Amino acid sequence: MTPALEVEGVAFAYPDGHQALFGVSFAIQRGERVALLGPNGAGKTTLVLQCNGVLMPGAGRVVVTGLPVATEHLKEIRRRVGIVFQDPDDQLFMPTVAEDVAFGPANLGLRGAELETRVKAALAAVGMEEHAGRPPHHLSFGQRRRVAVATVLAMEPDILILDEPSSNLDPASRRELAEIVTGLDVTILMVTHDLPYALQLCPRALVMNGGAITADGPTAELLANAERLAANRLELPFGFDPAALRAH
Amino acid sequence: MGAGHAHPLYLPGTSPLHRAPPQCKIAASLLFVLAVVATPREAFWAFGLYAVALAGVATVGRVPLTLLARRLVIELPFLLFAVFLPFVGQGERVEVLGVPMAVGGLWGAWNIVAKGTLGVAASAIVAATTPVAELLRGLERLRLPKLLVTIAGFMVRYADVIADEVRRMRIARISRGHDPRWIWQARAVAASAGTLFIRSYERGERVYLAMVSRGYAGAMPVLEDLGATRAQWLAALCLPAMAALVAATAWGVRP
Repeated sequence: MTPALEVEGVAFAYPDGHQALFGVSFAIQRGERVALLGPNGAGKTTLVLQCNGVLMPGAGRVVVTGLPVATEHLKEIRRRVGIVFQDPDDQLFMPTVAEDVAFGPANLGLRGAELETRVKAALAAVGMEEHAGRPPHHLSFGQRRRVAVATVLAMEPDILILDEPSSNLDPASRRELAEIVTGLDVTILMVTHDLPYALQLCPRALVMNGGAITADGPTAELLANAERLAANRLELPFGFDPAALRAH
Repeated sequence: MGAGHAHPLYLPGTSPLHRAPPQCKIAASLLFVLAVVATPREAFWAFGLYAVALAGVATVGRVPLTLLARRLVIELPFLLFAVFLPFVGQGERVEVLGVPMAVGGLWGAWNIVAKGTLGVAASAIVAATTPVAELLRGLERLRLPKLLVTIAGFMVRYADVIADEVRRMRIARISRGHDPRWIWQARAVAASAGTLFIRSYERGERVYLAMVSRGYAGAMPVLEDLGATRAQWLAALCLPAMAALVAATAWGVRP
């Protein structure tokens, strides 16, 4: 079966000469939930932006459900890859929640009843139907993050990429978002340095450091290896017992 | 945050004025203001009629007149200028309560106060009965360039976000003992403004990135076509038509 996302030897340097990725390779199968772990500056966000062609690799290639990321089919690539950015205020810019959720599918050419159905389904998936008519800036932070997820779900992506989904969330919003994510029937790549969240949501994890993948395996095993975590500038929160993870 | 208010100027309701298409309301208020401005300043009765008509419209829209009066406060700085006119004006003078005033200046001041107040009242009524999102859609329907409407939309959307950032930066400054009282202590405030500019600029880049990721290719999608019916236009144009008639009559009966 074609993987949902295939990254092959991707290297990338920013125009200022800073090299962010050094030959990154991995594949994510359909229906998988994978965490992308790594410290700040590891190149996680740069890698994410390669997946929908906002940045183009200097070497290597990215293939999304069989379609290579290239200028001639960027529109389709951006439909297949849905990215939820870290700050919902960057993502939600339309006057109302419903209009914002409609923005993506409308760009794909949907109109009328079809568009409305998409918007309703996406808002229902994150439990925000009753807020459809409200301006985004009057929602709580957790609600805005959920709407941000809906804006991408409305495009019915093949793969959903979440950039630091748990950042700035209070514990209840964090749990609610986890429930939504586990309930979605979509391939997920979750970028985070929130290790317990990765363990809760993603059976598999990739570890990234210095612009390269340094580990790939079951999340529980990766987190139990204290030396490897330390080598990658990752740490479990205080009070977390790595031994308990093995039993997980 | 989280409260159900849509915008500080908007007064939620279901009156006929609330339900009227935004483009009709905008066009009607603009034409009304034009008629008011074109009225000769000597025709006191005409301005009285305009005021009565506006009060009528406000009542239809369930906008309390006291609230409307409070919103008129925004024009005070402009009226201040008008107050000076009778004192600094040249030419013929009259005594008002023993103070000599220029006749031309008095007329000028009256002209500004009357026309300004009617204009502000008309826009305050539109603002109180139309949510900002609909105002933007109305402007788009009136064929205002899409780019301008988009920019205005972003401004409305991000004004709160940026104001929030300003507030946080101010709190962070005063928490470190900053207590600006004099103009020469403004350096930190100016530096904050610079930082704020850079931050907003960077946010603009991130917003654009998020838009591109959702298939944005340079044009905002038209989501729904909120066309107004002929009847709605006719109803909306009643007020400016009446105002135009009054203005024309005022010119006609002018000595």
